[in-house]
Amino acid sequence: MTQTIDVVVNGERRPVARDATLLELLQSLELDPRAVVVEHNRRIVRRPALGDVRVVEGDAIELVHFVGGG
Amino acid sequence: MTTAVELVQDAPLTIGGRTFQSRLMVGTGKYRDNDTMVRAIEASGAEIVTVAVRRVNLDRTKQEGILYHLDPKKYFLLANTAGCFTAEDAVRYARLAREAGFNEFVKLEVIGDQETLLPDVQGLLEAARTLVREGFKVLAYTNEDLVIALRLEDAGCAAVMPLASPIGSGLGLLNPFSVRTIKRRLQVPVIVDAGVGTASDACVTLEQGVDGILMNTALAAARDPVAMAHAMRLAVEAGRAAFLAGRMPRREVALPSSPAEGMLD
Repeated sequence: MTQTIDVVVNGERRPVARDATLLELLQSLELDPRAVVVEHNRRIVRRPALGDVRVVEGDAIELVHFVGGG
Repeated sequence: MTTAVELVQDAPLTIGGRTFQSRLMVGTGKYRDNDTMVRAIEASGAEIVTVAVRRVNLDRTKQEGILYHLDPKKYFLLANTAGCFTAEDAVRYARLAREAGFNEFVKLEVIGDQETLLPDVQGLLEAARTLVREGFKVLAYTNEDLVIALRLEDAGCAAVMPLASPIGSGLGLLNPFSVRTIKRRLQVPVIVDAGVGTASDACVTLEQGVDGILMNTALAAARDPVAMAHAMRLAVEAGRAAFLAGRMPRREVALPSSPAEGMLD
């Protein structure tokens, strides 16, 4: 059994540790959980729950924040 | 010196239960650098500042979200759904924005045409109804059509935002009559959004009696955005004051300003 699985983060396939939580995924990407909003398979996961949700092969994860706009 | 503000009796602007002193709202896109943006927003006197929701750039080690530059305690951040072409996408972006943000307000955009960026009013109404049901305070970016504006108000929108002209066009207020009609018929605030090019455009817009104006490119694309922001602030105040003062009637013939009597033989 391999130690990593592939998930799709912001449209790109990325390897992550098997059984990683969303919080661990953010940490591996050096992202501050307070500065991003996480959408996991089209469902928003609130900050306190990020450490409870584990990713599985093929999950689609979107990490968004505010940028300049009109 | 007496300032204009002291001479003009005006109520503050209330949108969705929140009260604001400034009738000028500004965007944060397209500035050449963040320092210019921050100084322009400061010069504009705006309290409501719009932002967009986008993917975090994973290739950069240091994340440069807008919140690194704008103090959310100092400004009321109004997230938009810019770039969304369906009601479903707009609802998705609004939900993400609420999670990222500090309030339940959203500037709802559902775009119907790539070239003109004109709104898809059918998708807009659909998204507005969904978001209002979910407790959002919806400020709906729409065209200058009275009937759609009425439908958006019926749907429970907190404000309706007819365009002056297409987004980023700088063409100014193309249809003052329609915007005036919308203002006359709606109870909720009417904020003109998009298309302003320079200060006179903003002034004319506020002279129509609308409650406020939102702009981005007019500042960001000016040669000197900070100076233009100052000009816009004055123009919005002037336009609002002129509206409250009540303009003279238009006449097709001249009327002398000096007495007709007392002329020499």
